[in-house]
Amino acid sequence: MSDVVEKTLTALPSLLSLDSQPGSAKLSSTSKLGNLIRGITELTSKHEEEKLIQRELASIKEQVSSPNTSMRQMKELMVRAIYCEMLGYEASFSYIHAIKLAQQGTALEKRVGYLAVSLFLNESHELLLLLVNTVLKDLQSTNLIEVCMALTVVSQMFPKDMIPAILPLVEEKLNHQKEIIRRKAVLALYKFYLIAPNQVQHIHNKFRKALCDKDPGVMTASLHIYLQMIQENPEGYKDLTASFVTILKQVVGGKLPMDFNYHSVPAPWLQIQLLRILSVLGKNDQSTSEIMYDVLDESLRRAEMNHNITYAILYECVKCIYTIHPKSDLLEKAAKCIGNFVLSPKINLKYLGLKALTYVVQQDPKLALQHQMTIIECLDHPDLIIKRETLELLFRITNAQNVTVIVEKMLDFLRVSTDDYTTIDLVGKVAELAEKYAPDNEWFIETMNTVFSVGGDMMQPDIPNSFLKLLSEGFDSVEEDRKLRLFAVDSYVSLLQGEPGKLPQRFLQVISWVLGEYSHLRAELQPSTVMRLLSKLLDTKNTSSETKTWVLMTMTKLCEGAAGVSVAQEVSEAYSSSLDTVLRQRAQELQHLSQDSELRARVVPRDAGLEPLEVDSSLSFLDGFVSEALAAGAAPYKPPHQRQEELAQAKALSLEPYGLSLPISISSCSIADRQSPTLLSMSSGLSGDSTDLSHKGGSTTLKLDGVKRVWGKEGYLAQREPVEETAQVEVPSPFRSPSQQAEADSSHSQTPTPVPTPEPTQEKQQLASSLFVGLSSQSSVCLMGKSESAPQRFRRKAKSPSSSSGASEQISNSLVSAPSTVDNLLCDNLLDTNITSELAVSSPTQTSQLSQSLTTANGTCDVELTDTKGSNHSLIRDISVAVAADPTPHEDPDKPKDLCLSSHLPAELSGFSHSEITPLCSNQSLDLSACHVQQKDSLVLVVFIYNSSDSDIQQILLELDSDDLEVSGVCGSPVQEVGSQSVAVCQFSLSVKRPSVHVEVSGMVSYQLPVGTPQSAQFSYNLPLTSFIRPLTLSTEEYGTMWLAFSHDTKQNLTLINEGQESLAATLNVLKKKLQLHIVEIIGLEGIVACRLLQDQPCLMHCRVHAGTLAVWLRSPVPDLPDCLMYYCQRALQEH
Amino acid sequence: MIKFVLMVNRQGQTRLSRYYQPVELSRRAVLEADVVRCCLSRKKDQCSFVEYKDFKLVYRQYAALYIVVGVTDSENELSVYELVHNFVEVLDKYFSRVSELDIMFNLDRVHIILDEMIQNGHIVETNKSRILAPLTALDKMADN
Repeated sequence: MSDVVEKTLTALPSLLSLDSQPGSAKLSSTSKLGNLIRGITELTSKHEEEKLIQRELASIKEQVSSPNTSMRQMKELMVRAIYCEMLGYEASFSYIHAIKLAQQGTALEKRVGYLAVSLFLNESHELLLLLVNTVLKDLQSTNLIEVCMALTVVSQMFPKDMIPAILPLVEEKLNHQKEIIRRKAVLALYKFYLIAPNQVQHIHNKFRKALCDKDPGVMTASLHIYLQMIQENPEGYKDLTASFVTILKQVVGGKLPMDFNYHSVPAPWLQIQLLRILSVLGKNDQSTSEIMYDVLDESLRRAEMNHNITYAILYECVKCIYTIHPKSDLLEKAAKCIGNFVLSPKINLKYLGLKALTYVVQQDPKLALQHQMTIIECLDHPDLIIKRETLELLFRITNAQNVTVIVEKMLDFLRVSTDDYTTIDLVGKVAELAEKYAPDNEWFIETMNTVFSVGGDMMQPDIPNSFLKLLSEGFDSVEEDRKLRLFAVDSYVSLLQGEPGKLPQRFLQVISWVLGEYSHLRAELQPSTVMRLLSKLLDTKNTSSETKTWVLMTMTKLCEGAAGVSVAQEVSEAYSSSLDTVLRQRAQELQHLSQDSELRARVVPRDAGLEPLEVDSSLSFLDGFVSEALAAGAAPYKPPHQRQEELAQAKALSLEPYGLSLPISISSCSIADRQSPTLLSMSSGLSGDSTDLSHKGGSTTLKLDGVKRVWGKEGYLAQREPVEETAQVEVPSPFRSPSQQAEADSSHSQTPTPVPTPEPTQEKQQLASSLFVGLSSQSSVCLMGKSESAPQRFRRKAKSPSSSSGASEQISNSLVSAPSTVDNLLCDNLLDTNITSELAVSSPTQTSQLSQSLTTANGTCDVELTDTKGSNHSLIRDISVAVAADPTPHEDPDKPKDLCLSSHLPAELSGFSHSEITPLCSNQSLDLSACHVQQKDSLVLVVFIYNSSDSDIQQILLELDSDDLEVSGVCGSPVQEVGSQSVAVCQFSLSVKRPSVHVEVSGMVSYQLPVGTPQSAQFSYNLPLTSFIRPLTLSTEEYGTMWLAFSHDTKQNLTLINEGQESLAATLNVLKKKLQLHIVEIIGLEGIVACRLLQDQPCLMHCRVHAGTLAVWLRSPVPDLPDCLMYYCQRALQEH
Repeated sequence: MIKFVLMVNRQGQTRLSRYYQPVELSRRAVLEADVVRCCLSRKKDQCSFVEYKDFKLVYRQYAALYIVVGVTDSENELSVYELVHNFVEVLDKYFSRVSELDIMFNLDRVHIILDEMIQNGHIVETNKSRILAPLTALDKMADN
């Protein structure tokens, strides 16, 4: 049968045209593959498919392992195997043959082998290791196509550990003459960057070369790497902004070859990529943003053609304009552009317009006003996707005035939505809005009722948790709290009287908890009535046993009076023989407590919901027990990660060399008996309240609330020996600002803003005015990012007076809702907000200027770099601070320089020890030297610039940069000029970004002689990490709690200084003196030591004398810090 | 970012699938069936972008064949929508009037073309002649 016949037979409509023209299918229809495909097209049921594929797999299996199978046949077998896997049937037996085909096949066969490998295996599959040799061979092949294939597969998947094996070969390909090879090499490096970024750190310069490649394809490929790197560290690539802008300008201007066009739009996807990069670079950075205004304007202008792809570019452009530092006329144009989107009759464009608008209204809520009628039309759109996107938009513009309307729209949608993900998402949003902006109690409770019933058991568990927390913690007015709780009780009682069986379990749990805590507020409601309602729940078939537990606990709280006790008895009897142990436990509790009202009052005190819960997450009350057990010879507790680690170490062979030659070596496992250093602190009554703050924060969640009644503080204290009690939990003092009280009174005094609209139907207009109310009033805060300025009704009480930021937010919140009542407060706050907004505007610019001046011009891209540098000069001069130039000329330049330079040390630093002054670089006119000064809380690098020439040197610009260090200029740093034969001093404050044994600062000085061209010189300065180490003073208890919290550690045996009895103390004193550590305590053969890395990164050390050596264990929250410190400890002791 | 590219016909049969994030084999069939149901149920005048779980689907129909691309929320849907068309144009150029059967009989070649265009979930090449260059070279080698 010919292809034509074959095609006509199956009579499948062609893709683009319905008439079936013969394509270029070159396969013989009698082939096995042809049979398989025909089989697949004729399938009518899943069962048939399974039979067919199983048969196929058996036949493939037989053939692949036959030695007579040629590579050509193997290729076909692989395609058949791909088919089977595509339909969901595993063909794992063929994986190894795919690798073999890649190895032995030629041309298309080889490519199919690689393809099958990339389809079959995931990146962590061990068979992938077998591919490495093949890739290596093909990378070295003289056949370009094979090189191409190898690079393609490498950029799809490659075992991380084998990267070093092929990295040099791939790097070499960056210089290949063929653009396609260069391009694929760049993509391979991108893959390496994704899976192992530190492996390709050394070739960043080559990325720059790829960016400047003459071929646009290679340049495009490099943008993937740049987008990634810039997203991770935008500060590091600001200098490339001008390059990206130039590229985009050229692309937009149609400078690329014609074949890059898509429907006569020049390289649209490239444009989109560039716009993404620019938006990351320009974010919160005015000077960088200014560079791109022109090209963004041009992009908006050029993309006028009416084609989808131009709209895709426009969308990206609009997003960029609203992400970077704002410029009013661009914003205006972008806003107009969004208008074109949302008004478009094409539904895809409308969708994108809504998405853009959703993004944009976060910056400028006013924009929603312009399109309000369109938004309202979209709300009623038949397509649910459009509706959903519109709700997303409305969610972003919700405020206290439109919340009811918007929440209602969302609930409407929820009722028709069938998709679980949408439901979960929307329910969460409704709950968030209700909590933030609820206008009154009734509305809040009713909305939450709907949330609980619609969200059911799918919703995020934190919704009911935070609702109960809110209810129990209360707000600022006791009366309001009471009303809210009362309303909740009423509402729930009536729900229980209805058909509670239909309510979701989570909701029932909430209901029973609330009734247990607050039903006493409704005096006329008998506890026994509530209990009877609840017992009805217990009898309902689909009530889960978890909910039943909740109900039983509620009954424990409520069983009062004869009627209540009798219900309790009845219920507890029924469940005391339940198969569910938890349920049985609760039933027992209920039974005992219902009979002993005195005990009950103590175990479940009424109104205790307001009291802060104390959860002792470190179980300190067991200390006595633990020390007894230890005394009796029990093994000390080890945290799980440590146990695991030890287990792994015990199993594995030690492959490390002895001793520690490199600072970053894996911790050796030579300490025989590892006792937890926390033992030291155990005896001193370690209390849990500082161990784990997160535990404490979560302690008020649902389940613990219930547990507390039985096992909480009160019940427990009765049995506890009074001597042991050391833990004192401070009771948070309720913090109230006068404005909060004012807010409660004035919540009714909101004045809705009238909104101008055109004249469509009356109803829609009304909807519009209720939806978009309050937007215009906020417009003053819009452009500088999202400031949360809307009033919030249900505000949590501030936990402690120290949370100043929270307090100020609250004040500004109340400002919006209470404009009329608190006049003088308003004045104060207005001033406040003015100041903050001014700060917000000015500070980013300053920091950006500063940081720009500090970045080195590291590497290539010369033209643009000099450009930016030029502008830097002027910037620096603008913000220049005092110049610390010394006016007195030096008579004797041959005098020992160190001596004369040290006299130039700034007075405020002279009291501290400084390192030797070392020369950095010198040429005929300038000598640079530097030293570092260790202050108590900082490290200052002092650079001396000595002008040895006979003329004044001007426009001196000193820039420092470091991979490991944070460099910031100290007052007086930007030096402009140095007179002849005089010295200027610059100071930089340094702190460690990433610890390593030696940290390096590199820098560049550029200057201008009165006559001649600008000059520059580069230098670098090395510091030991120890110069950043300071003692950390803390108590043994603090040490104990910190120790547990740190995750990075290293262990090693070091030599003891042999001074008889006191060898531990002597050794530690040496370390203290040389490395500036703080000895916390020495007990017998153990000692604990603490230090910090500037600014505040602690590192703890635990030492123990064991078998004549010092077993040292270092821990820190900072990776690499323990390793580096261990290196210095070792050196300090060796040198001694 | 692109999560996967699917080609399915109106009967819901998968003609091509390529995942850029690991999805277990056993879960693919379920996902594909679900995705297809999502797209097939939509009318012509409805939006070509659908929310699906925590990501979005961009789909485009060519006669009986649907091309569905799963993208993350941060992706520009319209650009992916046009990428699909670019892909079909490339196929059309290579097979000169592509049909569903071409794709079925040349699954390997279609994959090779797709690999040139999308890698690791990113669009890496959109220039038609450059996309086809490696494959045509291979074909020439095979002919000789």
